[in-house]
Amino acid sequence: MSDATLKIFRGTREIGATVDYRVPIAPGMVVLDALHYVQSHLAPDLAVRWNCKAGKCGSCSAEVNGRPRLTCKTRMDTFPQDKPITILPMKSFPVIKDLVTDVSWNYKVNKKIPPFQPRAGVEWRMYQEDIDRVQEFRKCIECFLCQNVCHVLRDHDKQEQFGGPRFFVRVAGLEMHPLDGLQRTGLLKTELGIGLCNITKCCTEVCPEDIHITDNAIIPLKERVVDDFYDPLLGLVRKIRNAKEPAK
Amino acid sequence: MASAGDTRLGRAAGQPAWWLQVVPVILGLGAFAVYATLRAFEGAYFQWGPYLSPFYSPLIDVHHKYWPFSPALLILGGPLGFRVTCYYYRKAYYRAFFFDPPACAVTEKSGRVYRGETRFPLILQNAHRYFLYLAVIFMAFLWHDAVRGFLFNDGFGVGVGSIVLLANVSLLSLYFLSCHSLRHLVGGKLDCFSCAVAGRARHQAWSWLGALNEQHMLFAWISLFGVGLADFYVRLVSSGAIRDLRLL
Amino acid sequence: MNGKYETHEHDVLVIGAGGAGLRAAIEALAQGASVGVVCKSLLGKAHTVMAEGGIAAAMANVDEADDWRAHFRDTIRGGKFLNNWRMAQIHAQESSERVRELEQWGALFDRTKDGRILQRAFGGHTFKRLCHVGDRTGLEMIRTLQDRGVQMGFDVYMECAITRLLKDGDRLAGAFGYWRENGRFVVFKAKSVVLATGGIGKAWPITSNSWEYTGDGMALAYDAGAELMDMEFVQFHPTGMVWPPGVQGILVTEAVRGEGGILRNKTGERFMERYDPKRMELSTRDVVARAIYTEVREGRGTEHGGAYLDISQKPAEYVKRKLPSMYHQFLELADVDITKGPMEVGPTCHYMMGGVKVEADTAASTVPGLFAAGEVAAGLHGANRLGGNSLSDLLVFGRRAGLVAAQHAKATVAPSLDPGQIDSAERAMLAPFERKEGESPYALHSDLQENMQKLVGIFRTEEDLRQALTKIEELKERSQRMSVSGSRMFNPGWHLGRDLESMLTVVEAVTRSALARQESRGAHSRIDYPDLDLSWGKQNNVIARKNERMELRQVPIPDMPEDLQVLLTEEKGSAA
Repeated sequence: MSDATLKIFRGTREIGATVDYRVPIAPGMVVLDALHYVQSHLAPDLAVRWNCKAGKCGSCSAEVNGRPRLTCKTRMDTFPQDKPITILPMKSFPVIKDLVTDVSWNYKVNKKIPPFQPRAGVEWRMYQEDIDRVQEFRKCIECFLCQNVCHVLRDHDKQEQFGGPRFFVRVAGLEMHPLDGLQRTGLLKTELGIGLCNITKCCTEVCPEDIHITDNAIIPLKERVVDDFYDPLLGLVRKIRNAKEPAK
Repeated sequence: MASAGDTRLGRAAGQPAWWLQVVPVILGLGAFAVYATLRAFEGAYFQWGPYLSPFYSPLIDVHHKYWPFSPALLILGGPLGFRVTCYYYRKAYYRAFFFDPPACAVTEKSGRVYRGETRFPLILQNAHRYFLYLAVIFMAFLWHDAVRGFLFNDGFGVGVGSIVLLANVSLLSLYFLSCHSLRHLVGGKLDCFSCAVAGRARHQAWSWLGALNEQHMLFAWISLFGVGLADFYVRLVSSGAIRDLRLL
Repeated sequence: MNGKYETHEHDVLVIGAGGAGLRAAIEALAQGASVGVVCKSLLGKAHTVMAEGGIAAAMANVDEADDWRAHFRDTIRGGKFLNNWRMAQIHAQESSERVRELEQWGALFDRTKDGRILQRAFGGHTFKRLCHVGDRTGLEMIRTLQDRGVQMGFDVYMECAITRLLKDGDRLAGAFGYWRENGRFVVFKAKSVVLATGGIGKAWPITSNSWEYTGDGMALAYDAGAELMDMEFVQFHPTGMVWPPGVQGILVTEAVRGEGGILRNKTGERFMERYDPKRMELSTRDVVARAIYTEVREGRGTEHGGAYLDISQKPAEYVKRKLPSMYHQFLELADVDITKGPMEVGPTCHYMMGGVKVEADTAASTVPGLFAAGEVAAGLHGANRLGGNSLSDLLVFGRRAGLVAAQHAKATVAPSLDPGQIDSAERAMLAPFERKEGESPYALHSDLQENMQKLVGIFRTEEDLRQALTKIEELKERSQRMSVSGSRMFNPGWHLGRDLESMLTVVEAVTRSALARQESRGAHSRIDYPDLDLSWGKQNNVIARKNERMELRQVPIPDMPEDLQVLLTEEKGSAA
């Protein structure tokens, strides 16, 4: 058994620096195991958020050697042993302490999204072929790694105008729900600012659930926004239809 | 936003060099742009026997009755617009040429105003589907050209050029069929396949296109090189640099 | 009240934001109550998220012969006749409606060909009964409930831990706790409190449970004067990961066996043929866990001390579609491709059948204003829980607890808070900071876990249990000398110190109850009393606090009415 050096950010949003810790490596060890070792042997007050330690709850997000990851799914043996492993908190959210960040912004965005509302008089039958694509979106464990890596939030600080990949995935799950009766394209265009996304796919690259965020959620939503707001032909069709049957 | 800011000097540690992803894109797109520009303006060596360079198809006003410049310039806008507004190429050039972002979790230059695709000119990206409609016409001509590539003066035959043109149009078709907008129009826009008219067929078509869509990036690149090479082959033969090898 | 503490007031305060807590909150909101939900983690991270296999509900979508009576019978048989019959009846009758409700709130279960909710087979269930979404049913459930509750407008206090229930005379008055983020104290004033804090798995080292599962709710209720019941029944799930060491205990869903997974020992023998030839791998969890444990103890275990669980005889695509998280879990954490070869599995501490003693219809504890639902409550599962009955438990009794808590709040006047209780709760929390160079909470925790694993595990003896009690007394003394370093800001050492107090209360209750029950039944296996004892089958162990000491007594289980007994008699012969 050998040792690894962890460089862990210690501190608050005002002041902080990385601190080195030596951790013995066991077979199959993940970064979160190493953090637990640090907690129980070297720094009992090291703040780390975690729950299930099985990649199902999405609590233990951090940036390991510059890449946003779930620490419970990141094996120590994927890194060269002779170099220190740097573990920093998610950059796009304000640090509370050490590796714990304030992710409350996400919960505020979520509140803006109208929930599932069944169409009037639906029969509760749904077919697998209709829900396959929605089930992909519902795999999301809300680790917020996509929010963290998205440059619109990370580098351009558009938190006020932009919802972020996580919530496009959520809206996609609602918009493509076979029995949902609401239209959320207006919300996407305005409050959630889907036009700010330039589909550079970092969200997809970091998703631990392998959700094809960009290709299967964001781009189809962009196409739906085009349908409703940017496509002159479809606009014309709508106008003619509305003229024929006056609005309810 | 307050974050661990200055203390993050270790950020780059252990992260693979981001420019490794960007440089091939710059070289690839750059080389094609230079070659295509030169060839488009050249206005010569685009035809030989039954072969027509894809850069010049459909061939309009070849005798300069109305248009004094290279006939390629009349039509290049179509394929160019299709590729420029393509969801894959957008990702590629936003990253490689705009550094927005240069790579995932790599900090961008600060202080620049970022508006994503919400303002002119980038808001025009939403017109991708109209270039898709145009592309249908181009695809028809290119298939016509490919078939004609087998019809020599002495009747049916197969030259290397026939195969080159057929391969080119096949790759272009894969790129065309894997388009995100096409996937949307064919079925993606439906909320409920089983509730829609011809829903089962549309679901099937949507699934197939979806499978192709996963390789959209691959098709984008190989069809780009394919079309360049096809033109280059026609130019070589047409300028007399080499002779077309007749196989049958 | 003095203005010293941040104070929030609600009609109903729900402690815990897993399935039961969220369902209770939704129902209380629907009754027009103002509702606060307190949880130790972020919203949506509760342990429910890890539930994999499904929700048991006799909807008869796949097996038409299924109905609530069959579900009732399976539950009672699985619980070895120790269940509260009324809870088992309510549960079997109401779970289908609760599942349909989830669907109406946007949940998307896997479908049958004709568009209804698909149901799968599971251990101990006679029919295909588990409504599921691949192997991530809990995630679907918690996300659905979370979004529903947020939209209805409950106040959520995230990363906030309750350390004491406050009383006004005999009745509940609220709760005292701290914010994990900054360590500040907070007081909740409430007419009704619903406990939905889950289980106690973290008292064992090999567990499928997360750090949160430290028995807080049971300890809080016990301290507030409520009774605990059936505490000897701790479920060890037969299949947890055993290798590599870091992932030891992580759950391998029973759905692997539900989908056709086969258990073998190192000689390749399908050993369940010897333990339960009829149901084989789909026997109840207590039986399978003991079987694997016995195989290992008798030298037929795998390299790393487990059994082989093999699903690779099924088509790879099928495995990836029905068990996607298992596929990834083994590939990423153990370098095993389960579509090609077997997994190594062994028992892992998973679920607490015992807990706060509640009234079947109302989820009310013996303390007025205090309710409990889900894993923290006792009664439904008897001596052993069937897979899939937990998620349905959360929905059925979460709803009932929320309903009655709201009604109770409407019918009562606001309680008053006692500053003395609050001050003493605060002093208790600050004490570890004042001690220097004391015991480390991490060391204490690991000693506690080792003690439980070694002495109060799957197989128990009087000698071990007595030794365990002595150890627990020692640990309690040591915990009085525990000290904490650092500040009050997000300090996991400090938090663990408080959680240890809950664990110490709970493990003592477990050990005392296990010692008292001189028989083997369900999840409780005594080597010195290996058989079922009919007289023990008629009583529950109940624990309460009397004069600062833990007092244990036996209470007869309620008599089952004739019409329900009839449902059992026809099959009773094959049980046990």
